[in-house]
Amino acid sequence: MSDTVKLRIRRSATDDFDEFTIPVQKWTTILECILYAKYKIDHSIAVRYSCRQATCGSCGMKINGKPSLACFTKVSEIDGDTITVEPMANFPVIRDLAVKFDRLFKNHRDIIPYMNNDPPDSSRMHLQSPEELDRFIQFANCIKCGLCNSACPTMATDTSFTGPQALAQAYRYVADSRDKDKDKRLRIIDDSHGIWRCHFAGSCSQVCPKGVDPAMGIQLLRGYMLGLND
Amino acid sequence: MDSKKNNREGIGGMANPGRYGIERVAYWLMRLSGLGLLVYFIAHIYETSSILRGEVGWNELMAMTDTPEFHIVLIIVIGMCVFHTVNGIRVMLGHGGIGVGRPTRPDYPYEPASQNMRHKITIYSAIVLAAVAMIYGSTVLFGV
Amino acid sequence: MVQPYCLVYEMRESHIMKIHYGTALAAVGLVAVHILMRMADGYHESLEFANVLANYQFIPYAGLLEIILILLSIHGFNGLRVILLELHQGRSYEKAVSYGCVAGMVALIAYGSRTIVMANMGMI
Repeated sequence: MSDTVKLRIRRSATDDFDEFTIPVQKWTTILECILYAKYKIDHSIAVRYSCRQATCGSCGMKINGKPSLACFTKVSEIDGDTITVEPMANFPVIRDLAVKFDRLFKNHRDIIPYMNNDPPDSSRMHLQSPEELDRFIQFANCIKCGLCNSACPTMATDTSFTGPQALAQAYRYVADSRDKDKDKRLRIIDDSHGIWRCHFAGSCSQVCPKGVDPAMGIQLLRGYMLGLND
Repeated sequence: MDSKKNNREGIGGMANPGRYGIERVAYWLMRLSGLGLLVYFIAHIYETSSILRGEVGWNELMAMTDTPEFHIVLIIVIGMCVFHTVNGIRVMLGHGGIGVGRPTRPDYPYEPASQNMRHKITIYSAIVLAAVAMIYGSTVLFGV
Repeated sequence: MVQPYCLVYEMRESHIMKIHYGTALAAVGLVAVHILMRMADGYHESLEFANVLANYQFIPYAGLLEIILILLSIHGFNGLRVILLELHQGRSYEKAVSYGCVAGMVALIAYGSRTIVMANMGMI
């Protein structure tokens, strides 16, 4: 790997790419490259980031055509010396690499993303076995970065689709043994732009940086609706 | 709302199978073969209605469709039919939550369990079976 | 209370998709029988006028064709509806797509049934 890479950033003002030459080391991340360009070359580059460790889900973008977290992708993982970064597809662009999450958050809210149950009789919390926890804990890892929605082929054309992020979260709460709103959630997603518009292409799971596997959650959730899961 | 404003990838992004592996290719082939089969089905219903025009009408239609071009179309239809059926059964089982793996506590590097080898093998099998059916169809139609 | 005229539009998506899967599974078996009938007699011979007419006039086979016609029309036009719903959104567009696909399905079943019934009754 050479000591510099060519970083191409899509700019919303010109709807074209600006190119920057960035010095890198083998541990340099794409986010660090973008921030180098922003601090040292062009202050006007708009990028959203926070934790720099794949925990906040802020820096999702298309890196060489594939939705990825900029902080979680190292330059050494990229083939070639040219890195092209674009805003995440299927999200309205605010400026440059920063996109609007309104739709994702609305869909997330719509599926009732919280547990609903009566308080337990005693002072103890609701009890749950490790096996019951294992049924949904994987899906609780979602950081709402939106990469799955960006990769989804249905989201590419369907502005009303609930999306893999919200559907996987619907599964997370439906599979939670402590929750009582299962039927309500299943009714919400049983819509002409709900769960049935997922065709199991699996692109959402391939880009998830947290191992959530939304495609699995969606199919298991659909199993409930088809009466194949209990 | 237009695609540009929403930054939607549109049909190009939906169709682009290059970035996400064989599952996305299967998604796209499933869609294409479904549309192709619907067109063929409508044409087939129209074609067979010529039986009502008696023997002359039927033979006229047979003469019109008994050409290499129509045979090639029919061979493509055979391939689409086999792929759509085999992949359709895979997708249907998947939709029921069968063969998509079990939720677990994921460890880095994350390998999505739903994109497992069984599905990949079934997709490749669907493609191979479609090819075999097309070859068999060619031998029947062209009398090789 | 759902008005009868909008029953199709108001059907729950899960019911529609269960029908979609059911018609697919049933059609796989029946279409296999239909194709095997062509192959059993030899492909070219089976398409001779007398053979085809005899097929139509054999009531169990005519029944098989009618069932395949209904199953594939439902499956095919619902598949088309799904693709069209995903391509573009909007209340009037979606309503037009849903009713349009039902109309196409009914028209195709009617047209195909006419062939089967008339050929079966020898009205040629």
